[in-house]
Amino acid sequence: MLAKRIIPCLDVTLDEKGARVVKGVEFVNLRDAGDPVELAKRYDEEGADELVFLDITASAQGRKTMVDVIERTAEEVFIPLTVGGGIKSIEDINEMLSAGADKVSINTAAVKNPEFVRKAAEIFGSQCIVVAIDCRRNFDLSKGKYFVELEDGRKAWYEVVIYGGRKPTGIDAVEWAKKVEELGAGEILLTSMNRDGTKIGYDIPITRKISEEVKIPVIASGGAGKPEHFYEAFTAGKADACLAASIFHYREIEIEELKRYLKERGIPVRI
Amino acid sequence: MIAIVNYGVGNLKSIKKAVEKFDRAVVTRDAEEIKAADGIILPGVGAFPAAIKNLTDLKDVIVKAKVPVLGICLGMQLFAEVSEEGGINEGLKIIRGRVVKFPESVGKIPHMGWNVVKNEDHEIFEGIKDQYFYFVHSYYFKAEEGIIATTDYGIEFPSAVAKNNFIGVQFHPEKSGKVGLKLIENFVEICKQNP
Repeated sequence: MLAKRIIPCLDVTLDEKGARVVKGVEFVNLRDAGDPVELAKRYDEEGADELVFLDITASAQGRKTMVDVIERTAEEVFIPLTVGGGIKSIEDINEMLSAGADKVSINTAAVKNPEFVRKAAEIFGSQCIVVAIDCRRNFDLSKGKYFVELEDGRKAWYEVVIYGGRKPTGIDAVEWAKKVEELGAGEILLTSMNRDGTKIGYDIPITRKISEEVKIPVIASGGAGKPEHFYEAFTAGKADACLAASIFHYREIEIEELKRYLKERGIPVRI
Repeated sequence: MIAIVNYGVGNLKSIKKAVEKFDRAVVTRDAEEIKAADGIILPGVGAFPAAIKNLTDLKDVIVKAKVPVLGICLGMQLFAEVSEEGGINEGLKIIRGRVVKFPESVGKIPHMGWNVVKNEDHEIFEGIKDQYFYFVHSYYFKAEEGIIATTDYGIEFPSAVAKNNFIGVQFHPEKSGKVGLKLIENFVEICKQNP
């Protein structure tokens, strides 16, 4: 049986020291937690199933840095690596895969030009192409298409947002998920902006809805704060994988411990 | 020296880096260089028809190799008699059986992620028993001989095969963490012991 995956995400930025992972690491163990390659090695040791690197600078300089980070990581870490952030051309994808990435994650560029997803999947294969969908609850029921019942019984639809959540698009997230599957995406990385950074748990209603509507794997993202949240996402949310960032950087949750917790509760995980 | 056969678009960086932990490695499609190696790796990303076509001029070198040959993913599928991927195409006919698509009933296709490889005792699995390995594939090799490991994905399919000096694994050891590296180390060891 296929294992449910635990995926740490490294948000990579640039400062005077070079590539750094951000999200709270300034408070703890700055030297080690700050270097993306060191952090990647640590997560590999601790049992992470894959790693996602996000270039949050989304600049030419940032992309160059990312190539270097991926190259150095791929020399020492032998688990699947995904790179996202500012990927908008076939050349960008080529550059990342040649550096040693196994998959790329496309977000804004997919919304702006859906044919890009089709072309990328045709050239590199669906297994290489992750489409990241950022979405936010919208209670204007005169719009939207798929209405989802929330935890409190209210209904909402989820609107796709781009540019790091700054720009709403009017697109229904469920409809978009089905569309990207048809375009050839191999996986969906789903982030609910309502939960991102909250640590109150993944957005179960939308995770479950999209997992039911598509056949490709869905990675839940945004809101993880404790082990129960992962359990919920895998069971009620029907997610195939769970992604988290700061709680792993901070060691609020250790991956090994998390996996033991899940295994004890009957979730198939790789230990 | 291990020769990693370069016959298409796949990313060969990970496999090269992994082998280099234990031995020297060269990525090549030069027949003489392949013949001179202590072991051959047929990596595999991509589609069967293009792969077998790109391999045409090297078929003989591989089939007649006396050194250990490790086929990974598509590389293992190339050992088959026939593949049904993208029409009917003949393989290298090293191991009896055909390459077929997973039935829709298994669930999500491709079969992607970590799954358990239930292995028999074989030197390639030295020190490894029923461990998780990383898979990415939509077709599988329905081998009729030489099965040394199976994996359950709705159906039970062969995840490793071996016959004479040929070993095939459906999963990606170069992406399977420590256990994967152990398997590659085992292969290098088999190559070193080969007279």
